[in-house]
Amino acid sequence: MTQLTAYLLVSALLFAIGLAGALTRRNAIIVLVGIELMLNAANLNFIAFWRYGPHAYVLTGVMFVIFSIGVAAAEAAVGLALIISVYRHYRTTNLDQIDELKG
Amino acid sequence: MTYTFAIIAFLTVASAVAAMSLRNLVHCALMLMVTFAGLAVLYLALGAQFVGFAQVLIYIGAVAILIVFAILLTRGSEPPRQSIFSATWVVGVGIAVMVIGLLGAVVLSSRVVTRELRPAPVLSVRDIGEQLMTTYVLPLEVIGLLLTAALIGAVIIAMHEEEGK
Repeated sequence: MTQLTAYLLVSALLFAIGLAGALTRRNAIIVLVGIELMLNAANLNFIAFWRYGPHAYVLTGVMFVIFSIGVAAAEAAVGLALIISVYRHYRTTNLDQIDELKG
Repeated sequence: MTYTFAIIAFLTVASAVAAMSLRNLVHCALMLMVTFAGLAVLYLALGAQFVGFAQVLIYIGAVAILIVFAILLTRGSEPPRQSIFSATWVVGVGIAVMVIGLLGAVVLSSRVVTRELRPAPVLSVRDIGEQLMTTYVLPLEVIGLLLTAALIGAVIIAMHEEEGK
């Protein structure tokens, strides 16, 4: 098993763990954490392919990860603001109880 | 494959599992910080120093702290009385197992990943800065605009409305 295979397997595991958390947890904040984990798994893939790819002097992989980290930060800020806003209205972050759009 | 990689990978995956399965939400957030730190070490091991330190600064320093704030603001630090997993958790776990099975099979059977090992590329922050100011200057401006809009939007969404609704 090569190094690249090992990194890709770790990344796949992280993605599956984040997906399982996002699909099974009740709390909205932890669902957001699961989505962050999936984004991080994708970033690890980019860096691994950049490191072991044929054109490592082209910085596309690294640049993509830098921009992806920036987008993830914006996503986390807006997502948590939405969760706090919903919590103020429903007094809960349990996704099973937040089941209507009309307040 | 070195022992260092095995230990860090195990720590990262184990803390990710803990972050997704612990009952107390504050513990989840702290375990998430361990996962992010493990990923930063993996980036450093791959030779991407700038990305590793950006991961520490942005994820551990900002996103994880933001999540802790959200947990405390929503009284999530009290453990819930009912189950932490939703009623349809079997479906969710099944989908995740299918995804890991598919990804694992694809990675292990791929011919791309069995090519020869190349020497580590040299990556300096100067190169990244030059690329950001030349090739990637438009994405840089766009992401600056996006971050500004997102932060203003987050403040407006979470701002408490004093009178009326």
